[in-house]
Amino acid sequence: MGDVMLELRQVHAYYGRSHVLYGVDLAAREGEVVSLLGRNGAGKTTTLRAIVGLVDVTGGEILYAGRSLRGLPTHEISRAGIGLVPEDRRIFGDLTVVENLEVGERPGGPWTLERVFALFPKLRELAGRRGASLSGGEQQMLTIARTLMTCPRLLLLDEPSEGLAPVVVRALAENIAALKGSGLTILLSEQNVKFARRLADRAYIIEKGQIKFEGPFARLDADLSLRRAYLSV
Amino acid sequence: MSPSLVLIQLLSGLAHAMVLFLIASGLSLIFGVTRIVNFAHGSFYMLAAYLTYTLAATLPLGAAAFYVAVLLAAASVGLAGLGVEVALLRRVYRAPELYQLLLTFALVLVVADVVKLFWGSENLTGPAAPGLAGSVEIAGQLFPTYDLALIGLGPLVAAGLWWLFYRTRWGVLIRAATQDREMVAVLGVDQARLFTSVFVLGSFLAGLGGALQVPRQALTNVMDASIITEAFVVVVVGGMGSVPGALLAAALIGVIDAFGVLVLPRASLVVPFVVMAVVLIVRPWGLLGRPEVQQRTAGGAIVTAGTVRVPPRWLAAVLAALIAVPPFLPTFHVWVLVEILAFALFAASLHLLMGTGGMVSFGHAASFGLGAYGAALLVTWTKAPMLLAFAAAPLAAAVGAALYGYFCVRLSSIYFAMLTLAFAQIAFAIVHQWYDVTGGDNGLLGIWPAAWLAGPLAYYYLALTACGGGIALLARIGRAPFGLTLRAARDHARRAETVGINIRLHQWTAFVVAGFFGGVAGGTFAFLKGSVFPNLLAVPMSVEPLVMVLLGGVQAPAGAPVGAAIYKLLDTVATRYTEYWQLVLGAILILLVLAFPRGILGVVGDRRA
Repeated sequence: MGDVMLELRQVHAYYGRSHVLYGVDLAAREGEVVSLLGRNGAGKTTTLRAIVGLVDVTGGEILYAGRSLRGLPTHEISRAGIGLVPEDRRIFGDLTVVENLEVGERPGGPWTLERVFALFPKLRELAGRRGASLSGGEQQMLTIARTLMTCPRLLLLDEPSEGLAPVVVRALAENIAALKGSGLTILLSEQNVKFARRLADRAYIIEKGQIKFEGPFARLDADLSLRRAYLSV
Repeated sequence: MSPSLVLIQLLSGLAHAMVLFLIASGLSLIFGVTRIVNFAHGSFYMLAAYLTYTLAATLPLGAAAFYVAVLLAAASVGLAGLGVEVALLRRVYRAPELYQLLLTFALVLVVADVVKLFWGSENLTGPAAPGLAGSVEIAGQLFPTYDLALIGLGPLVAAGLWWLFYRTRWGVLIRAATQDREMVAVLGVDQARLFTSVFVLGSFLAGLGGALQVPRQALTNVMDASIITEAFVVVVVGGMGSVPGALLAAALIGVIDAFGVLVLPRASLVVPFVVMAVVLIVRPWGLLGRPEVQQRTAGGAIVTAGTVRVPPRWLAAVLAALIAVPPFLPTFHVWVLVEILAFALFAASLHLLMGTGGMVSFGHAASFGLGAYGAALLVTWTKAPMLLAFAAAPLAAAVGAALYGYFCVRLSSIYFAMLTLAFAQIAFAIVHQWYDVTGGDNGLLGIWPAAWLAGPLAYYYLALTACGGGIALLARIGRAPFGLTLRAARDHARRAETVGINIRLHQWTAFVVAGFFGGVAGGTFAFLKGSVFPNLLAVPMSVEPLVMVLLGGVQAPAGAPVGAAIYKLLDTVATRYTEYWQLVLGAILILLVLAFPRGILGVVGDRRA
C-alpha cells in the first residue's frame, strides 16, 4: 500500500441547519479500496458529498494528498483528481451517452472515450441514445464512465449496487474490480455488505454521523453484535 | 379579411416574432443555466436600441454605419452583461435565488434613469436600415423590406444557436448545466465561468434584438418594461430554458398579436397573457419545456434557514410608537405612514404566499387592485357608504384570488409565478379597457372616506387598525397549524402529501387568504388617494411587494413590514429630492442586496444565531 491519499479528521457537516456528520475520521491509502458501510441515513452520502465540497463542512479537516480541500469549490476538487459517482446517478437525460461522457472529458488524460468503451462495451452500442432512455443498469455504467472521463485518482462510489438486478450487480463488481486492478483508489459507500466485501480491503461503519468501526472484513464477519447493531435492517 | 391582408398580417407578425425570439432566447438561456429571472434583460434591449441610435448617427461609415452600429451596440451590451455578472450577480450566487432577481430589478431602475439621463425622455426615431428602407409588393400589398429581412434573419440566428448548442463542447456543457448544475461542477466544470459566458451571450442576444428594433419602432423610455413582459410570456409559453421552445412561442405570440390587433383591437393588450394562461393550464411546463429534475417549489430555494423571530418587546415598542407618535407629526408624514401601513400589509400578505407557502407570485397586484377597484366601484355605482365599501374590498380580492388561484396552485416555481402574472395582466386589461364601468385609464375619482374619517389622524388610526390588525392576523396564521402545514408542503411536497396533506387545498386557501389581506391593503390605499387607476394592477405593483419582502428577509414574518417601510421611505425621499429617483433607489437596492444577501432581518437573525 502507498501513502495516505485521503484523510478525514473530525469532520462535522450540516445540511442547512441540521447537523449530519459528528466528527468523522476516515483514511484511504493510494491503491486501496475502502468501504463505508451503514444504513440509510447514517451519513454515507453526506460524507462523500462533504469530500467534494457539496455540503458545508463546519469543523475538522479533509486532506487530499496532504493538501486541505476545505473551502475549495467543487470543480477544483474534481480537477485535483477526486471523482464522485453519485448515488442517484444524475445522468443528463437530454444529452446523448457520448455527450454525457464529454462533459467531464480531460483531453490528454489517461481516460478517453475509447478506454471507457473498452471497459463498458455496452455503452459503445448506446453512444447516440439519450441518457433518459437508458435502463437503470446502463445508467449506472454511464455515471461511472462519465466520472472516469475526468481522470480521477480517487473514485468515490456512492451505493453503486442500489436498485440493480443481481446479474447486473455481478457485472458491475467485475468492472469495479478491473478499476481496482488498474491502481485506482476507491472509497465505496454501500449497504450491501456482500458486494462491498468482494471489492474492498477494509471497512468503516458509520452510524448517526459517527464512525463506529474500522478494520478488515474478517473482524466484521466475526462480530455478530456489530453487524446487528449497525448493519442489519 | 382578404387573403392578401391575412398574408401581410402574418408576415408582419413573423417579423415581430423574430425580434421577440432574439430577446426571449437570451432570457430563456440565462434562466435555464443560472436560474436567474433576469428583469434587466429588457433594460439591455433598451440600452442597445439607444446605443444603436447614437452610433449610427455618429460613425463616419456612410451606409455601413447602421450595420456596424447594430453589432457594436449588441457587443457593448454583451460586455455590460459581463460586467453585471462578474461585479454583482456573482457575489450573490450563494444567496437564495430570488435575491438575484432583486438585484436585476435594481438594475432595471438604474438603466432606466441612465437612459433618461443620456438620451432624455422624448421619443426618438431611429434611422432606416440603408438598402432595406423601402417596401416590396407582396400579393398586391406593400410590405416593409426591412421586416422581410428580419424574417430571413430569425431562422439564421436560430440555426446558429442550434449549432452552438448541439455541435460544440460549450453547448454540451450548457445543456448539461440546464439540467443539473451541481453534477456539472462534480465533473470539474467551473460554473462561474459557464454562468458568465451564458450571461454574456444572453445579453448580446437582447442587445441584438434591441438594435434591430431601431428602424421599426420609436425609441421610448418605457420600451424595457413592454418587452420584458412579452419576452417572459414567450419564454414561459415555449418552456423555460428551451431555445426551440422560444422560437415556436415567439412565432405563435407574434402572429396571434398581429391578428389580435385586427380582430379584437380592445383586447390586444391581454391576448398574449390569455394564450400564456391557457398554455400553462394545459401544459404546466410550457410547449417544449420539461418538468424540473429536482421537484421543488420556488420557495424551497429561498427559505433555507428557520424563521427569524422579532422579540415581543420590540413589537410592543413599535406598536406603542405607532399609536402615540402620529398626533405630533406634520400631516404629510401621517399620510406617508398610512401609505407605508397599506404596503406593509400588502407585502405581509405576499409573504404568506412566498415565505410561508414557498409560492412566489408575480401577480399579487391583482389582489391589491381588485380590492381597490371593488371598493371604488361600489362607491361610484351604488353610492355605498364608505365603511361598507371598505369592507367589500377584501371580499372582492378574495373572490378573485379564489378564481385564479384555483389554476395557479396546480403549477410550481417559475410557472406558478408566470400564471399569477398572466391573471394579474388579464385583470389589468379588463380594468384598463372597460371604460363604461371602470373608467379605463381615467380611473375612478372621488373615492373619499366618510367625513368623520377623512382627517389625517382619523384615517391613520383606521389604517392602523385594519392594516396592523391584518399583519398581526397574518403572523398568527403563519404560526398556526395551517401555516406549519404550508411550510411542510413548501419544504417537501411529496412527503407532505404522503402524510395525508391535501397540498393544493392548503395552497389554494393560502392564496385566497393572501388575496383577502391584499384587498384590505388595496381598499386602504384607494380611500387614502381618493381615486383608483389601472396602474394599481400593473406589473410594477406586483414587483414592489416582492422587493419589500426580499428586502426585509423572506424567512422573517416581520421582514415584510420592515422591507415595506424601508422601500417606501427611500422611494418618498428619493422622489422628493431628485428627478432621477430610480437611479438612487436602484443603487441603494443594489448596495442593500450586497450587504444583506438574505434580507435585512435574515442577516440580522443569522448574526444573532
